[in-house]
Amino acid sequence: MDQKKLAIIATKGTLDWAYPPLILASTAAALGYEVQIFFTFYGLQMVRKDLSALKVSPLGNPGMPMKMPFGPKWFKGINWNIPNAVQSLVPGFESFATVLMKQTIKNNGVATIAELRELCQEADVKFTVCQMTVELFGFEHSDFIDGLEYVGAASFFEFAGDSDICLFI
Amino acid sequence: MNFDKELDARGLNCPLPILRAKKTLGELGGGQVLKIIATDPGSVKDFAAFAKQTGNELLSTAEAGGEYTFFIKKK
Repeated sequence: MDQKKLAIIATKGTLDWAYPPLILASTAAALGYEVQIFFTFYGLQMVRKDLSALKVSPLGNPGMPMKMPFGPKWFKGINWNIPNAVQSLVPGFESFATVLMKQTIKNNGVATIAELRELCQEADVKFTVCQMTVELFGFEHSDFIDGLEYVGAASFFEFAGDSDICLFI
Repeated sequence: MNFDKELDARGLNCPLPILRAKKTLGELGGGQVLKIIATDPGSVKDFAAFAKQTGNELLSTAEAGGEYTFFIKKK
């Protein structure tokens, strides 16, 4: 049987949306798939050396529970209904929410983005990066981790055209 | 059941138990058995799916006190 192929386009630059492409890519690799991720637009944040731009905000995201990662169980269960107006006006609210989310991730035995990224690279997931958006956003190749290939849309289709599964995330 | 290596995946969440299992199986030879202990309830279906797709044989699955024990025989 031919090796199955998974092609992913990673376009989001928030902490929560960095998970799906890296989880699916690393798992598929463990199942024996040949995997390639094409990082473009805000997805570039996932392959930067400095991952601190990946944040998460409940602002304008009604599906995100706002719970505390510490304290007794009853306290952790409270969903803090913070009005959008407060979230947008209080300086540092996004960073605060990100700190809470990172603690929750740790408490739940969920891998960090840096860890998943490393697991992907160890498992030979190929990371390709959209050169056009690198220039558009004023990044330098030195802003990114090693092991990337800088390409254009045509290169993506060379792999994706033969893939069994293709996801836009 | 006899096994050749044990993997403690307790406290780890998806997809880490599968990724660690895959890596640990790589250290074993064909026919050797890996024992895995996990606490992620999702791992029950996941290890069955992993075995089916990779050709490694899932010998048994057991649950006791919130812990899941799997025995996988390497292809």
